[in-house]
Amino acid sequence: MEEKTRVDDIDRSMYDIRNEDRDAYRLGAGLTPELVEQLSREKGDPDWMREFRLKSLEIYNQLPVPDWGPSIEGLDMDKIVTYVRPNTKMQGEWSEVPQDIKSTFDALGIPEAERKYLAGVGAQYDSELVYHNLRKEVAEQGVVYLDFESSLRSEYADMVREHFMTLVPPTDHKFAALHGAVWSGGSFVYVPKNVEVEIPLQSYFRLNAKGAGQFEHTLIIVDEGAKLHFIEGCSAPRYNVANLHAGCVELFVRKGASLRYSTIENWSRNMYNLNTKRATVAEGGTMEWVSGSFGSHVSYLYPMTILRGEKSRMEFTGITFAGHDQNLDTGAKVVHSAPNTSSYINTKSISKGGGVSTFRSAVVVGANAKGSRSAVSCQSLMLDDISRSDTIPAIDVRTPDADVGHEAQIGRISDESVFYLMSRGISEEEARAMIVSGFADNVSKELPMEYAIEMNNLIRMEMKGSIG
Amino acid sequence: MSEALLDIRNLHVRVEDKEILHGVSLQIGPGETHVLMGPNGAGKSTLGYALMGHPRYIVTEGEIWFKGERIDTESPDKRAKAGLFLSFQAPLEVPGLTVSAFIRTAMEQRGEHLRIAQYNRQLREAMDLLQIDPSYARRDLNVGFSGGEKKKAEILQLHMLKPSMAILDETDSGLDVDAVRTVSAGVAAFQKDQERSLLIITHSTRILESLHVDHTHVLVEGRIAAEGGADLVDAINASGFEAYEKKSV
Repeated sequence: MEEKTRVDDIDRSMYDIRNEDRDAYRLGAGLTPELVEQLSREKGDPDWMREFRLKSLEIYNQLPVPDWGPSIEGLDMDKIVTYVRPNTKMQGEWSEVPQDIKSTFDALGIPEAERKYLAGVGAQYDSELVYHNLRKEVAEQGVVYLDFESSLRSEYADMVREHFMTLVPPTDHKFAALHGAVWSGGSFVYVPKNVEVEIPLQSYFRLNAKGAGQFEHTLIIVDEGAKLHFIEGCSAPRYNVANLHAGCVELFVRKGASLRYSTIENWSRNMYNLNTKRATVAEGGTMEWVSGSFGSHVSYLYPMTILRGEKSRMEFTGITFAGHDQNLDTGAKVVHSAPNTSSYINTKSISKGGGVSTFRSAVVVGANAKGSRSAVSCQSLMLDDISRSDTIPAIDVRTPDADVGHEAQIGRISDESVFYLMSRGISEEEARAMIVSGFADNVSKELPMEYAIEMNNLIRMEMKGSIG
Repeated sequence: MSEALLDIRNLHVRVEDKEILHGVSLQIGPGETHVLMGPNGAGKSTLGYALMGHPRYIVTEGEIWFKGERIDTESPDKRAKAGLFLSFQAPLEVPGLTVSAFIRTAMEQRGEHLRIAQYNRQLREAMDLLQIDPSYARRDLNVGFSGGEKKKAEILQLHMLKPSMAILDETDSGLDVDAVRTVSAGVAAFQKDQERSLLIITHSTRILESLHVDHTHVLVEGRIAAEGGADLVDAINASGFEAYEKKSV
């Protein structure tokens, strides 16, 4: 009975494992040019990158904190330790990863996931890669998968420099500037022309140290006619000190190429997730996003796609689950800037226990995007009377020759449906979980099996104790 | 009386502010098939919902006993686990939940754990019997189903869950002749098991043609107005409910 009436005490132990701070090295809290230089020196940045960081810091200091979304007043940048490096060198073999770090990943199921489904794992422990492995067959195809620091010293250094923060410039917003100044860790992926990577590549990000921010950078270039599925999974332990995630994802989809980028984010409930993701798609290219947002205290997340080439297309499938003390502002943006492009945005949001879920979308169809099509569909489910769900769609169409549609639905779980399932012997809690899982089904269908199961478990975990 | 599988004693049921049932008593023994007839608005569906424990249908007086236990305060899932089943007049659509996954979960909740191959075989057999296309197993529960398909899906659940007491609420309404025949054959197959009891709520008699009926009850304005054997069905068929409506006033 107790379990039924308590909403807050969800067992998150699986996600809340935390090791003793074993960090060899920590930068002082607060952000100064000296600190950024020190970080740059420690990382062995090339000169251009050091300058980029300092320039970004200047921009950061000039830009205002965004005031149009959920409050981020709880975030105190002076207290965020920007860089925490685990006490281990990069590993290529699972067996060489230190035991305590390993058991954390074991608990999160990563090695097993890797064995079964994944081509490679770049698992980020705090801000640096501790484990990086790309299966042979993928490497043999010429696919490059490097941790971001290494990419700057690799033969792809010029390519990285040419693309780095060009899609998301530091001037974009305050946290993009912050990212430019203190980014650390992340992945670089290059898929050569006409190479189809059959199995998904995966990276698993995780924060550990108290008060540590995470600013990983992901840069993916899928060359002409190539194909890739990249999975980014996030999970973090829970602390009382405000945590910040200001990662940046830049995706380049070349002519005729296709990229699917899947994410399940389950940040701890004190996290400010201010992440920026953007893709540009060339002629005939395809960009697919699958995005699940479950964790964090506050999220600002609107992956953006720029359809730059004729007949390029994008599809965004997303789900957001906002529970007690969560304000998740999520959605998607698309810019049609070539003829005959198409976009489809399909999102679901669930709010419960006073959680706030806001769906924000922007569809821009330029004057040159004749014959383009866009459809936005968003459905919200509120599980009680104290939760909140908002939809804020923006549509800007500059050509008469475009087909743009939007539909939104906000609903509740009907008592009749719950009774129907219960009349077959299913408990009320299970019945509600089944209905919510069903609501999320079109998203789970898009995920690899392993992740679909994880997502369903998350929903069940969230639904547990929702009756009271 | 103590042998009754389902024993309804002086049941009064209220929906919102209105009392719909004004003291209904009815006993159904193991293996018996009862028919509950009556004009529209008499409270037939109310009785079905109240028996199953719908939260909007409040029992204000009287008792419901099932298998020797008083169940009128139990939740619907507990009643179902005890062996009670209600075939809905308007089954609900549940997007994202497949017919197959739903029935399997329901069976597991009752402690029946079948291997997947065995389960699929059983489901397939039941679907064949009811002339349901096998592809429906993977479709979302009742979503986009026609009226007839929904009713067949209810009888499919009946077959898979094998309750000891099934209440069929207007299972034949809105069906064409062929569909009635198929559903009726499905119910007949369920009835073959000597231990299983049925309460068939209907205002027509088409579904009864191929079924054996033990007792008939006529519900008018929230009260049982007449009771009899299978022949009462024929009498009502011939002359309607009018005579009973007068009697109950």
